[in-house]
Amino acid sequence: MIGVAHYLTLAGLLFTLSVAGIFLNRKNVIILLMCIELMLLAVNFNFITLSRFLGDAAGQVFVFFILTVAAAESAIGLAILVVLFRSRRSINVEELDSMKG
Amino acid sequence: MQQVLLTIVLAPLFASVIAGLFGATIGRRGAHWLTIIGVAISFVLSAWVLRGLVLGDVLPFNETIYTWGTSDGVHMAVGFLVDRLSATMMVVVTFVSLMVHIYTIGYMHDDPGYQRFFSYISLFTFSMLMLVMANNFLQLFFGWEAVGLVSYLLIGFWFTRPTAIHANLKAFLVNRVGDFGFLLGIAAVLFFAGSLDYAEVFAAAPAIAGENIEIFSGRPWAAPTLICLLLFVGAMGKSAQVPLHVWLPDSMEGPTPISALIHAATMVTAGIYMVARMSPLFELSETALSVILVIGATTALFMGLLGLVQNDIKRVIAYSTLSQLGYMTVALGASAYAAGIFHLGTHAFFKALLFLAAGSVIIGMHHEQDIRRMGGLRRYMPITYWTALLGSLALIGFPGFSGFFSKDAIIEAVHASATPGAAYAYACVLIGVFVTALYTFRMFFLVFHGEERMDTDAREHLKESPLVVTLPLILLAVPSVVIGWLSEEALLFEGYFGQALQVMPGHDVLATVGLHGTDPGYFLLHGLMAPPFLLAMAGVFVAWWLYLHQPALAPAIAKRFSWVREVLVNKYYFDEFNERVLAPAVRGLGQGLWKFGDQRLIDGALVNGSAQLVGWLSGVIRQLQTGYLYHYAFAMILGLAGMLGWLLLTG
Repeated sequence: MIGVAHYLTLAGLLFTLSVAGIFLNRKNVIILLMCIELMLLAVNFNFITLSRFLGDAAGQVFVFFILTVAAAESAIGLAILVVLFRSRRSINVEELDSMKG
Repeated sequence: MQQVLLTIVLAPLFASVIAGLFGATIGRRGAHWLTIIGVAISFVLSAWVLRGLVLGDVLPFNETIYTWGTSDGVHMAVGFLVDRLSATMMVVVTFVSLMVHIYTIGYMHDDPGYQRFFSYISLFTFSMLMLVMANNFLQLFFGWEAVGLVSYLLIGFWFTRPTAIHANLKAFLVNRVGDFGFLLGIAAVLFFAGSLDYAEVFAAAPAIAGENIEIFSGRPWAAPTLICLLLFVGAMGKSAQVPLHVWLPDSMEGPTPISALIHAATMVTAGIYMVARMSPLFELSETALSVILVIGATTALFMGLLGLVQNDIKRVIAYSTLSQLGYMTVALGASAYAAGIFHLGTHAFFKALLFLAAGSVIIGMHHEQDIRRMGGLRRYMPITYWTALLGSLALIGFPGFSGFFSKDAIIEAVHASATPGAAYAYACVLIGVFVTALYTFRMFFLVFHGEERMDTDAREHLKESPLVVTLPLILLAVPSVVIGWLSEEALLFEGYFGQALQVMPGHDVLATVGLHGTDPGYFLLHGLMAPPFLLAMAGVFVAWWLYLHQPALAPAIAKRFSWVREVLVNKYYFDEFNERVLAPAVRGLGQGLWKFGDQRLIDGALVNGSAQLVGWLSGVIRQLQTGYLYHYAFAMILGLAGMLGWLLLTG
């Protein structure tokens, strides 16, 4: 029988994966954006699971909001990415260190 | 009364300022007339005040004129204390100063700094009067420093001469040492008595007597001893006592009138006057009196010995001054304050006379000061010769002359004293009499008698000095001869100074001296049979034998005892000691403080150190800012996790 624990474990795994992706990735900014999306999805997964488990619809309302914000965010993120690529001819993460103190 | 005293002080100051700032406008004649009138006003009014005090028409004056400020209960004021002690000093100071002013017209005749010189000596008179008339320690210190400053200016009057600059710097530095002790002494007075006013401090003196202070833990000092020793350090600097005497002989680089005014008659007596004025304090400390006695005796004898080997006419007199200051100090140490002040007064007249006579000789010899190139001047300069003879006789204490009474009183007082060290002091002052007579008449014979050793060119120009030079000599010769006879009994035995000088019953040596008789006639008869007279005559005789009768003998003796001569010529190696040991030590200390304290500790550690610390810290923190996106993201996640964890844990 698949219970709440399985859903939560899956969400935790997804979250861990995305965090690891952010760190281990040294190449591509797009992968970073993808990882952030994945992180949001993992959180959404938790919301839906617990909403169903607790019988409270508020969690699912949250998910709608998060999805909307995430869509807007990735649109902006990709736009920045395009501009960044235009100016620096590269989206290699290792080279993006102009904020170094 | 207050107006009179203010006039006495301010007349020389006013004249000095005008002559100094508007010297070019008023010209040479204007400068000397103005300053002479200023000092003459001071002298006449001082004499009037003294006369009033002596006759009882005028009461002693002790009032505050102006308040500088009050800080934490300490009253800082300008005020005058004029009793017989200070009035006597005022008359001596203004009289000698007036004589020197007149004399300067002749001596500085063709000096380009004529107005400047008059401005300085008037300023000096003002400073000395402030010192003498002060009724509180602060004003005393003001006068003390002011005379030191003017002395500095005057020693270096010919500021293009390197030796003069060296000498004035030396005088200033040595005086700094003394003044530092003096300042500490004043601080100690303020600490214990809580006031700077003489009257209040003396009133508190019995209470101070019981107090102790621990400077080094476990070694308590009696408060009066501490105060008196510190004050006496100041007196040692100003009155040139061993070992702070080194500046006085060098100060002869200044013009001769200054040597007479400052370095014989007035400024150097400030220390003596101060100790006498503080007699209620000094009486409380046997230790301090003993120290004063021993230092004074050492100065009196050993500085006199140095006079024997000097060849510069002014330096001989300078060492004589040191020696006589030693006599005054001995008198103070023996609690015979009146005798000290008496000798101060008589010495001021005959020493100023001797210096001015030496100056007259120097004018005649066209600024030649070496007595080996003089001789036989008696025929060319009769007035100078006779006045110098009177001065010399007064100096050696020939019976009847002023120096006889004062010096004999001191010697008798030391003889009667029971202060520890009195036996040593008595021996020193007795031998000192012989030495004084010897060097005085050595100089006198070499200058005025014997063969003429100057070159023919100088001999042709030899003539008596003008009236402005000889008049002060004559006017000074009069008191040099008679002042002792006139004032001896009143000053020493009849309580002339009243409450100004206080002597503890057990210390009253002058009363012992006066047991058998106090009048000058008795003193004279007694003096003719006493050892000092015989010693003085022996000194004169030896001088005559060595320098006139058998001139070949002196070099032979010098050769035989060359090591003694060597020590004397090198002034007991005080200068060498100062230059080789003290100066490097102080300079090393300064270097150490500069290199370590200032450069490394303050500049290095505190100023640059704090800046470097900030730089280093920001360098460390900079390492956190890698610029990599994923590091920032990681930081955010960590922060979020931390916050959530904290929320979970605390609920």
